[in-house]
Amino acid sequence: MRGATHAKWAALATAVALAATACGGGDDSGGGGGADGIVSSSWGDPQNPLEPANTNEVQGGKVLSMIFRGLKEYDPKTGEAKDMLAEKIETTDSINFTVTVKDGWTFSNGEKVTAQSFVDAWNYGAALKNNQKNAYFFGYIEGYDKVHPEKGEATADTLSGLKVTGPQTFTVKLTQKFSTFPDTLGYAAYAPLPKAFFDDHAGWLAKPVGNGPYVIDSYSKGSQMELKRWDDYPGDDKAQNGGITLKVYTDNNTAYTDLIAGNLDLVDDVPAAQLKNVSADLGDRYINTPAGIIQTLSFPFYDPAWNKPGQEKLRQGLSMAIDRDQITQTIFQKTRTPAVDWTSPVLGEEGGFKDICGDFCKYDAAEAKKLVAEGGGIPGGTMKISYNADTGSHKEWVDAVCNSINRALGNNTACVGNPIGTFADFRNQVTTQKFDGPFRAGWQMDYPLIQNFLQPLYYTNASSNDGKYSSEEFDKLVDQANAESDIPKAVGLFQQAEEVLRDDMGAIPLWYQNGSAGYSERVGNVTLNPFSVPVYNQITVK
Amino acid sequence: MGRYVARRLLQMIPVFFGTTLLIFLMVYSLPGDPVAGLFGDKGASPSTLAELRHKYGLDQHILKQYWDYITGIVLHFDFGTQFRNDRPVTEVLGDAFPVTIQLAALAFAFELVFGIGLGIIAGLRAGRLADNAILIFTLLIISIPVFVLGFIIKMVFAFQLGWIQPNVSNDQLLSEMIAPAIVLGGLSLAYVARLTRTSMAENLRADYMRTAVAKGLPKRRIIGVHLMRNSMIPVITFLGTDIGALMGGAVVTEGLFNVKGVGGLIYESITRREGSTLVGLVTVLVVVYLVTSLLIDLLYAVLDPRIRYA
Repeated sequence: MRGATHAKWAALATAVALAATACGGGDDSGGGGGADGIVSSSWGDPQNPLEPANTNEVQGGKVLSMIFRGLKEYDPKTGEAKDMLAEKIETTDSINFTVTVKDGWTFSNGEKVTAQSFVDAWNYGAALKNNQKNAYFFGYIEGYDKVHPEKGEATADTLSGLKVTGPQTFTVKLTQKFSTFPDTLGYAAYAPLPKAFFDDHAGWLAKPVGNGPYVIDSYSKGSQMELKRWDDYPGDDKAQNGGITLKVYTDNNTAYTDLIAGNLDLVDDVPAAQLKNVSADLGDRYINTPAGIIQTLSFPFYDPAWNKPGQEKLRQGLSMAIDRDQITQTIFQKTRTPAVDWTSPVLGEEGGFKDICGDFCKYDAAEAKKLVAEGGGIPGGTMKISYNADTGSHKEWVDAVCNSINRALGNNTACVGNPIGTFADFRNQVTTQKFDGPFRAGWQMDYPLIQNFLQPLYYTNASSNDGKYSSEEFDKLVDQANAESDIPKAVGLFQQAEEVLRDDMGAIPLWYQNGSAGYSERVGNVTLNPFSVPVYNQITVK
Repeated sequence: MGRYVARRLLQMIPVFFGTTLLIFLMVYSLPGDPVAGLFGDKGASPSTLAELRHKYGLDQHILKQYWDYITGIVLHFDFGTQFRNDRPVTEVLGDAFPVTIQLAALAFAFELVFGIGLGIIAGLRAGRLADNAILIFTLLIISIPVFVLGFIIKMVFAFQLGWIQPNVSNDQLLSEMIAPAIVLGGLSLAYVARLTRTSMAENLRADYMRTAVAKGLPKRRIIGVHLMRNSMIPVITFLGTDIGALMGGAVVTEGLFNVKGVGGLIYESITRREGSTLVGLVTVLVVVYLVTSLLIDLLYAVLDPRIRYA
């Protein structure tokens, strides 16, 4: 009898344990990708809710590129901004713009895309209360300081610079001259939003509705999203496949092994560890193309020790002490290209990409040593390059850069890496100016314009000017370039500004990052756009 | 006995508050700003940062944050919101735990069946060939790091032989879980086998065994009841604490086989400084530990009649 009592209590405790651990079931139904022209593609859990003005990284960007079309669309090959929903965008003074939205476009729920759809979406994106991470995009529009003040409460709900003047027309008034403003409008943050977004926000987030060539069929957060071709899509870039299934992977290595095993059609980020095997595994089904991403070393200009006159020689010397060719080949297996300016090759020559850095970006140990000495030497004798150690392969290249500098200067203690445990901590220290030496900086362009590579990063007190670089001449040239309505002339002015940046060596350009992808034999016509996002709608299924 | 169980269950309450507070304070003391990390390499507008901090309560005093968090859990079963993706933490836990429980249960069954099985064989034939073979086998498993074992299993069985899928798909089929479960349970299997072997080999020479043999009991009864029951106590102790380890400590295995479970979530929450998610995860794991240790203590009494709980 004793045993029976034990058993009873044990059973009770088991029941308690089960009740405590049962936490509901996750629903993960879905196909394995395969039949009927569905392409399965690797994905990572988006960092932010999928609102257009709240998505600032590639994973969320993949979805937005499929379900939204804005006034402009960037050509996947050339990066040129072409009219998409815009009938025309007119201006006479580069401040006041009149936008005419094409007739005949609808959202996939049937609602018409009107001028109001844009104005509502932009007002939502700019308003402080909505906590949109890309709100600064609307900073050029008049009234932004009212809806999104630097400090304190917002004093207006809508941007005073936006006015709907007709069913399909609206006007935009900027606070300053910005001739290339229309070309920025291809960025996802400027996408139109349907009424459903505002009326049933939670419902919309659970299953976003847009006006792009795909509609979201099902979305289980954290694991999978199924997108189907929208047959009534009015644009001429209709999807060439039946749909895309985005599958979340724990890391790009597991995604790559699933591609090799035939369970996945497309991996858009080939892990560094697999680059050696890529040609054996995939042959010509591997693509490696330039993307609008540049890696630089920023300097702490806020630190008096690093902001003395004459130190531009020190910075230029350090730049020349870095053997970019060797590092990109051995560490990155040529998935990075040594930088020759502060922009990106995806801009093309017309867009402003030009070898401006010249000899300062070429390895020359003797000259480097001389310049560093002329520039007063490294403050404190040793400099620490700070980076976050949790993501990317930053440790490898920072160590390589330091080795290169130490070798060139003939001093083993000139440069050491300073790993910071997590990205969150790294960014916190960057934005609060805690570093007393150079730190890594990466910039992924928002739109393919030379302005986007220069102004947000090096203009005095710009949003991402973390090193607090400041040059009156640079600022003046950028202002002039923005006011210049002739595009080639504007680009020339930006390049002049870049020359100022070179003479100061406001940041050391390291290399341009490429986008890489591998795909299965089932699919074809796979390309990456300049944002290193696959051009999903062009993929064909065999 | 009933009073004993009730007392143990009541003891869980202070442990629950203590661990949640400790973890909460530890996450709080981690360096970095979880909200600034959301903006990537780009600069964040100070007013948006302030708004987000306010939204997640990060601008409050740490003890006030803890108080709000705990009242949310106790009163509304609300574990807060993840900074990433703005998802409710209960939903995140609800996605991760079923997968992890499935994986841990498989791994546990694997180590239980094979570990004890091998241990019995080795224990009964102590010093002979089978014992030595099992000794070498377990030594091998213990000395191979988990990720090496995982890679080897993936290479051989998924790519060269093609018997299994290399990764767990989003459907989380049971057949796909077998390989990660073997990798996860492998190490503990070796320990279980060794514990069982030693315990059995020792008890074989015990007085009560000699008595049982002298009484002329059938061999099956001697080994199955007298020997096994007494030899299982250290093994059960190990198995019990291992359940929690299998659930929370599978970071490497989960990453290798694309299992979206608790281990990976814990790792990610730490690097992102996601206090609310981490505390939620750890709270559930603490409850699992507490309940299994209670079960084990109760099982002692079943196995050894000398143990009594008032």
